[in-house]
Amino acid sequence: MASITAAKNRLPWWVGPITVSTVLVLFTVYAMYVVFFRPDGQYQSLLSPFYSPPVGIPGWMPGWVTAPMLVLWIPLGFRATCYYYRKAYYRAFFWDPPACSSKAQEREPRGNNYNGERALFILNNIHRYFLYGSIIVVAFLWYETAVSFFPEGGFGMTIGSLVLLTNIVLLSGYTFSCHSFRHLVGGNKDCYSCVKSGGSTGSEVRSENFLRKLRRKTYNGVSVINGQHASWAWASLFMLLIADLYIRLLQAGVITDLRIF
Amino acid sequence: MDDRTADGGGLAPQAHANANGTAGENGKTTKLKIFRGDAEGGEEVEYELPMVEGMVVLDAVLNVQAEQAGDLAVRWNCKAAHCGSCSAEINGKPKLLCKTRMEEYDGEEIRVHPLKAFPVIKDLVSDVSWNYEVSRSMTPFTSDAQAPFTMYEEDVERLYEPKKCIECFMCQDVCHVLRTHNKHAEFAGPRFFVRAQWMEMHPMDNQNRLKYLHEERGGVGYCNITKCCTEVCPVGIKITDNAIIPLKERVADEYYDPAKWLMRKLRGNRNGARNGG
Ligand code: SF4
Ligand code: SF4
Ligand code: FES
Ligand code: FES
Repeated sequence: MASITAAKNRLPWWVGPITVSTVLVLFTVYAMYVVFFRPDGQYQSLLSPFYSPPVGIPGWMPGWVTAPMLVLWIPLGFRATCYYYRKAYYRAFFWDPPACSSKAQEREPRGNNYNGERALFILNNIHRYFLYGSIIVVAFLWYETAVSFFPEGGFGMTIGSLVLLTNIVLLSGYTFSCHSFRHLVGGNKDCYSCVKSGGSTGSEVRSENFLRKLRRKTYNGVSVINGQHASWAWASLFMLLIADLYIRLLQAGVITDLRIF
Repeated sequence: MDDRTADGGGLAPQAHANANGTAGENGKTTKLKIFRGDAEGGEEVEYELPMVEGMVVLDAVLNVQAEQAGDLAVRWNCKAAHCGSCSAEINGKPKLLCKTRMEEYDGEEIRVHPLKAFPVIKDLVSDVSWNYEVSRSMTPFTSDAQAPFTMYEEDVERLYEPKKCIECFMCQDVCHVLRTHNKHAEFAGPRFFVRAQWMEMHPMDNQNRLKYLHEERGGVGYCNITKCCTEVCPVGIKITDNAIIPLKERVADEYYDPAKWLMRKLRGNRNGARNGG
C-alpha cells in the first residue's frame, strides 16, 4: 500500500485531473446515449438499473420521450451535486485547482474572479433533495434485484441476478455514505443525550435510551462508510455501467444469462 | 515556483559548498536549496552538507544555519511535530520541516521555501499573524454552564478530532482560496472551519456561528471542497469531510432548504440565523 501511494505521488500532477475528466466524459456520453436512444432496458426478469423505477410513459407525452428520461435525472442529479463528485469536477474540469502542488495551483484560471460555491454552484446546495429522491430509487432497485432472483417464476440465481445484486449493494453504499445523509441522521444535532421526551415511566425512559443509542450507532456507522465515500462513488458508477452493458449484450443475443441454480 | 524569487532584490547568488568537505558518517553529502530573502525579494541558495541517516529537513536546515549561514532565519520549537512552528514548503508543498525525512526526496532536488499564502518576514519565516486576527473575529466558545462539564461520550466523541489541530497553518497555506485567490479579507480558511465545527457541535456551547460562516468573515461558500487542506494536515484531521462539509450542511439547513425555510415561516421564526441547535 505504501509503495502504491509513493508511486502515485511520483506521477505528474496532471494525471489525476485528466483521468477523472476522461472517465466522467465517457460516462456522461454513455448515459446520454441510453437516455435518448435506448427506450428498453428489460431482459426477461432483469431490468437495467438505468430504467428504474419502471414508470409508464403517459400517453400525452411526445413520442421521443424515453423511460430513462423520466427517472434518470434523479440519480444523475444526485451524482452531479454530490460533495465528492463536486470535488472531482471542480478539480478535473474547472481546474479550481487541478491539484494541490504549487505548480498545479499556478495553472488555476480564475485569479480574483473566483467565486467558489457562492455563485452558480450555490445550486449544489439542493443535494439533499436528490438524496431523498435517490433513496426511493434505491428501494425500487432492491425490489427489482429481488425479482431477478425468480428467473422463471421459481427461486433461482443467474449471473444477471448477481450482477444486479452487486450493483444495488454498491449503490446503497454510495447513497447511505452521503454527507447529507450523515447530516440528517446526526450531523445536525449537537447533543444526542439531550433528546428528552419528558417520559417518566420506566418503559418511556427505556425507549428514549434506545432511540439515543440507535441514533449514535447510525451516525457512527454512516460516518464509517462516509470515510470511503469516494470509493463507493466510483465503484457504484462502474458497476452501473457493467450492469447496463450486461443486459444490453443479453438483449443483443451476444451472450446468454447463465443459470447457477 | 515563486514570484518572490524572481526579482532578485535581495542577496547575490552564491553556492555555499561545505568548505572543508566534511561528510556524514558514511562520507555522503546532500544538497539543499533554501530561499534566502525577505518581503522585498530574494532567491534560492544551494547548500551542501553532510548526510546523516534518518535526518529530517529541519536537521539539514539547522546544520546549514550552524555551519554555513548563521543569519538563516527558521522557526521551530519542539522538533517533534507537536508545536506547528516549523511549517514551510518543500518543493511547493507545505510540510513540517521536523517531520519530513531527507530520504523521502532521494534522487530529487530539495527546495525549501516559506509558506506562500502569508507575507514572508525573512528566509523561511513567514508572518502568520493574519490567522490570529481571524481567530479573534470568531465568537469564542461560550457556555451557560460552569466548567468542568458533565458530558456524555456520545456527545463529545466527534470533538476529539478537531482538538488535535496544532495550528501549523499548512492547510491555510495550501488552500487555493487564500493562496491563489487572495480572499484573506472574506475567508477564514480550513483551520478555522475546524475550530468552528468543534464549537458548533459542542453540546455545551450556546452560540451560533452560521451567520459568521455564511454571510460574514467566515466565507465558507468560497470553499469548493477540493480537499487540498485535508491532504496536507500533519495530524490527519479530515478537514473537508468532518469539518467543512458538516458546516456546509448546517448552512444549507439555514439558507438553502426550501422545506426548512417554509417551516420557519409558518412557525414565525426568523430565517437566516438559527436560534440555538
Ligand atoms: S477543501 Fe476548501 S478549505 Fe480545504 S483547501 Fe479546498 S477550498 Fe480550501
Ligand atoms: S487543521 Fe491540520 S493543517 Fe490545519 S492548522 Fe490544524 S493541524 Fe495544521
Ligand atoms: S452522494 Fe456524495 S455527498 Fe451525497
Ligand atoms: S518544530 Fe514543532 S512541529 Fe516542527
